Amino acid sequence: MITGRFFASGADRRILLTIALLLVVAALVPVLNLAVSPASAFYVPSYIVALVGKYLCYALLALSLDLVWGYCGILSLGHGAFFALGGYAMGMYLMRQIGDRGVYGNPILPDFMVFLNWKELPWFWYGFDQFWFAALMVMLVPGLLAFIFGWFAFRSRVTGVYLSIITQAMTYALLLAFFRNDMGFGGNNGLTDFKDILGFNVQADATRSALFAASAIALALGVLVTWLVVSSKYGKLLVAVRDAESRTRFLGWRAENVKLFAFTVSAVMAGIAGALYVPQVGIINPGEFEPANSIEVVIWTAVGGRGTIVGPIIGAVLVNAGKSFFTGAFPEFWLFALGGLFVFVTLFMPKGILGLWDQWSGKLKWRSPSQADEIPDDQGEVVVRVGQTQAQSGGNAEPQPAE
Amino acid sequence: MSKSGTILYLDGVSRSFDGFKAINNLSLVLDKGEMRAIIGPNGAGKTTMMDIITGKTRPDVGEVFFDGQIDLTRHDEADIAMMGIGRKFQKPTVFESHTIEDNLVLSLKGPRSIFPALFHRRTASEVKHIDHILEVIRLGDKRYELAANLSHGQKQWLEIGMLLAQDPKLLLVDEPVAGMTDAETEETARLLRDINETHSVIVVEHDMHFVRELGVKVTCLHEGSVLSEGTLDFVSADERVVEVYLGR
Repeated sequence: MITGRFFASGADRRILLTIALLLVVAALVPVLNLAVSPASAFYVPSYIVALVGKYLCYALLALSLDLVWGYCGILSLGHGAFFALGGYAMGMYLMRQIGDRGVYGNPILPDFMVFLNWKELPWFWYGFDQFWFAALMVMLVPGLLAFIFGWFAFRSRVTGVYLSIITQAMTYALLLAFFRNDMGFGGNNGLTDFKDILGFNVQADATRSALFAASAIALALGVLVTWLVVSSKYGKLLVAVRDAESRTRFLGWRAENVKLFAFTVSAVMAGIAGALYVPQVGIINPGEFEPANSIEVVIWTAVGGRGTIVGPIIGAVLVNAGKSFFTGAFPEFWLFALGGLFVFVTLFMPKGILGLWDQWSGKLKWRSPSQADEIPDDQGEVVVRVGQTQAQSGGNAEPQPAE
Repeated sequence: MSKSGTILYLDGVSRSFDGFKAINNLSLVLDKGEMRAIIGPNGAGKTTMMDIITGKTRPDVGEVFFDGQIDLTRHDEADIAMMGIGRKFQKPTVFESHTIEDNLVLSLKGPRSIFPALFHRRTASEVKHIDHILEVIRLGDKRYELAANLSHGQKQWLEIGMLLAQDPKLLLVDEPVAGMTDAETEETARLLRDINETHSVIVVEHDMHFVRELGVKVTCLHEGSVLSEGTLDFVSADERVVEVYLGR
């Protein structure tokens, strides 16, 4: 019976479809880029591979925000910080891989350290010549920051707008810190001029295709993990904390721990997204900590539909594709379009693109009386409720209006 | 007064908000297995008293003991809930975007940490327990409906069901029959009497007909302290109670 309901639910089917689609794309696009001749109609040019690979990293970032914002009501305006920290950890590995091929030819020190007249590698750069260590740090550093930050914030019961403001302050503080040359992360130039990743040239088409596939697989895994988390009993608790935090406390749940776990998992996902992003764009600098970046992530998530898992992915890809197009076609209007989009979505599409889709497909079913049953509500009026839409909203239910 | 044998022991408790004394030298003792009805005009401090017992508010002075020896002023809401005090709010508070079943699943007695919840698998005994509660609160046919779609009275019952799932030693029930029909009110009184067979209960209610149905000792609060205490007939004959609450 349980499996029966499992597959009947529209939202779950949609998520399975997304995972399948991402895996197909991960397998197919590298083939179409590498094995198909450029003259063929099926050929995928390298710049498209790099561009879409970047979008997939953004989608993973938006998905990580969806876990905390859509399901737990924590509107983080600092998720870009976790993304950037993951990116820096990967950037440090890539810097160490340059070896003596840098401008100054120093086998140990990256160029910017030689330029600053540093004599030896700072302690926090140790270990980053090993990929496994860097990969660990990609997850550990954002996760640890989120854990410490969340531990203090959630224990003090900072919620709503106040929490949003301090997450914003967190990313801004990191922005200022990473701008300083003596922090040891390359100051405002950041880390760039990468050569190799795991021994392969980062510029090569094959490496780019592999990074694309890795991003698609990471996103598919992210969807799977998020889906498993939100459909567990813990996921129900997450939504319960979002909707009635004090009620969960009086039932004996520690709402602060519930939030802390989701926030930490989300930060780790954002860190992985950042780590996959950096080798594909070839640079990481403090600009990634810009508060505006984090706010943009909120816009992608809202546009796609928060609390839906698939929505934020659609939102991230569509908004960024729009950005790529509009910044080329009408560069001076892009920011107005982005601001306008957010106002439009908040006012007219509170549940985003996916919410609109559900409403629309629900209306179609409305017309066929066989699927709808009439239930008189307590005012004595007759309300038509459609079984399918009920099932679709399933456990994750209606996102509350934006704060 | 001795604390042993009591489930709840409040002595000389005061709490003020911006100079207004919501609770003023309140003393109240509830024996194990007792059910007590609390009445009193608006602003008498009934809800603040519940806030103090459940750890939402700390008293300025006074002792609050649970089960004879646990000092409740040293614990927070989640701790106190785990020790065995359940609370139903005045305004029914259920998880509206969850189904009736999931509301009960989240309330069921059991571990309250993250990882057990993450890897939780529903057991047959849990399903049986939920079936039983659904039968008691008469929402069996609405098992998979969202709680948001329930009527006000049904939400009250669901919240009582959540208390049953939590299986606390002491239940604090704030205005359980607000928004219920007469038949539902009588049904609720019967349900609370059943619950009282195995639990201690405090009921706050304005509906005197309902309080009479319960047939238990009554405490009348006024301006943050006990005005009168005894059987309903004794309390409603008390001049001061008539003066401030029942009206002449």
